[in-house]
Amino acid sequence: MQKGNATAFDSPQVRFLLRMPLPRTFSHYIGRKLFRFLLTIQGLGAFGLISLGVIVTKFRKARHVVWPLMFQETARAGLRLLPMFLFVSAALGLLVIGQSVSWLTRVGAINYLGTIMVIVVVRELGPLLAALLVLARIGTAAVVELGTARATGEVEALEALGIDPIHYLVVPRVIGLALGVFSLTVYLILGSLLSGYLWAFLQDVPLRPADYFRQLTAALSGLDFALLALKTLSFGFIISIVTCYHGLAQPLRLEEVSYATVRAVAQSIIACVLTDALFILIYLAS
Amino acid sequence: MERTTTETNAPAILMEEVAAGSLQDPNVTVLTHVNWKVFASDFWVLAGLQGSGKSDFLMLTAGLMSPLSGRYLFFGEEMPILEESRLSHRLRLGLVFENGQLFNHLTVGENLALPLRYHRNLTKAEAAPVVQGMLEAMELGPWADSTAGALGRNWHKRVGLARALILRPELLLIDNPLGGLDLRHIFWWLEMLGRLARAGNFIREEALTLVVTAADLRPWVDVGRQFAVLKDQRMAVLGDRAHLESANKDLVSDLLAPESHND
Repeated sequence: MQKGNATAFDSPQVRFLLRMPLPRTFSHYIGRKLFRFLLTIQGLGAFGLISLGVIVTKFRKARHVVWPLMFQETARAGLRLLPMFLFVSAALGLLVIGQSVSWLTRVGAINYLGTIMVIVVVRELGPLLAALLVLARIGTAAVVELGTARATGEVEALEALGIDPIHYLVVPRVIGLALGVFSLTVYLILGSLLSGYLWAFLQDVPLRPADYFRQLTAALSGLDFALLALKTLSFGFIISIVTCYHGLAQPLRLEEVSYATVRAVAQSIIACVLTDALFILIYLAS
Repeated sequence: MERTTTETNAPAILMEEVAAGSLQDPNVTVLTHVNWKVFASDFWVLAGLQGSGKSDFLMLTAGLMSPLSGRYLFFGEEMPILEESRLSHRLRLGLVFENGQLFNHLTVGENLALPLRYHRNLTKAEAAPVVQGMLEAMELGPWADSTAGALGRNWHKRVGLARALILRPELLLIDNPLGGLDLRHIFWWLEMLGRLARAGNFIREEALTLVVTAADLRPWVDVGRQFAVLKDQRMAVLGDRAHLESANKDLVSDLLAPESHND
């Protein structure tokens, strides 16, 4: 955050390139997009590593101040979103079961209902949907809060008081969002599996609860639990780092906060989807 | 913290050929060739018209920016201090921003408590007596539970001062403390800074070293002890009050003229 130590992102050469007139050819356009993409990756990577370093080195520092903030952020990104997630889990169960039951009945594959729920809800939709909902509700708020704090000089005030802005503003959000996405995904999955059976029951599918449960357990493996935890924690980490980076890591004026929010949301979605793709590859390889 | 004799005798601020950048754009030079020495218990007034780089220079002095060139030592140590291991040295300096720069999501009491709780790892209850004492000293008691948004600008600066003083710094930098204040608050600030500049004040045994910036020199003539003027990217050190009166510079005349309202 030191002003004098200009990062690669805010060096005069980079700023000159970013302010160049509109590209005349398609290759120029692609080149500039690629250049910006690489800069963003570099900035996000550096910010993520710095934040991880601060989490490790300052975990016990000022714990009477920072730990309550972590609990507060965890409650904000987790517990307080629970009613919305229960509603979404009921809807997700309906969507998956409602669409699949009629087709499975026609082809006589109703025994695969549990497997479909595991593949669709546990491995894919549950974690991704939870991450996107947390991004929409909490991530955007984080960019606005931090961007405003940056624009109004609160970050400089923290630095002047010897308080590390990463430690005070970013670390609680990283931990809160990671735990929030993880726990909400678990609730979302449990709710969806439960509501899935409920919808199947309402559609007169000849499936007893014990059979449904047996199908689910047969489709699940130890790897599912490990990758689910890793994936959701990664999503939480990515969302918090991207939103905090756009709110905090660069000089910002008040009128730029809305643009920063839009950028943060777009980049968070892309990063989460790419991470999800990476986990699919792990599933396929295992 | 143990301090060596050399460190104790070192000037509070020593700048040699320092060039300062802008806070908004660190690569834009606002001041060059600054050679400046501040000793313990000095009371400096840095005057300059709007846009002369006073605030940027103060931010550099506070260690929020690195000098573009030159050497800046704070009590004998290179600035800015970024290492956690030298943080206690860094906290010998306090900074009051022009607009207070309060944390908007916190109350006045919480704003004051934050640096204290963070650096000493205190609970709210443990920090409360110190915060209460500071609130009373600054006459901020009635606003202890108000957030920054509920306060007027006059009070923002005062909370900023209280927050900077809560860690008992040895050197205090104040950016344009009288800018935009009404007369009652101006008198309060001049009286308060006069108290802090004397030994045996309510913060420390010794007098605080003070550096303030101003766009209007008139209120400071009887309060400040050393004066400097910022103009044309240069800092001209004028010296004490006697030198100020004898200084025959256009800018000093401007800054002392009754009609010069530069805020």
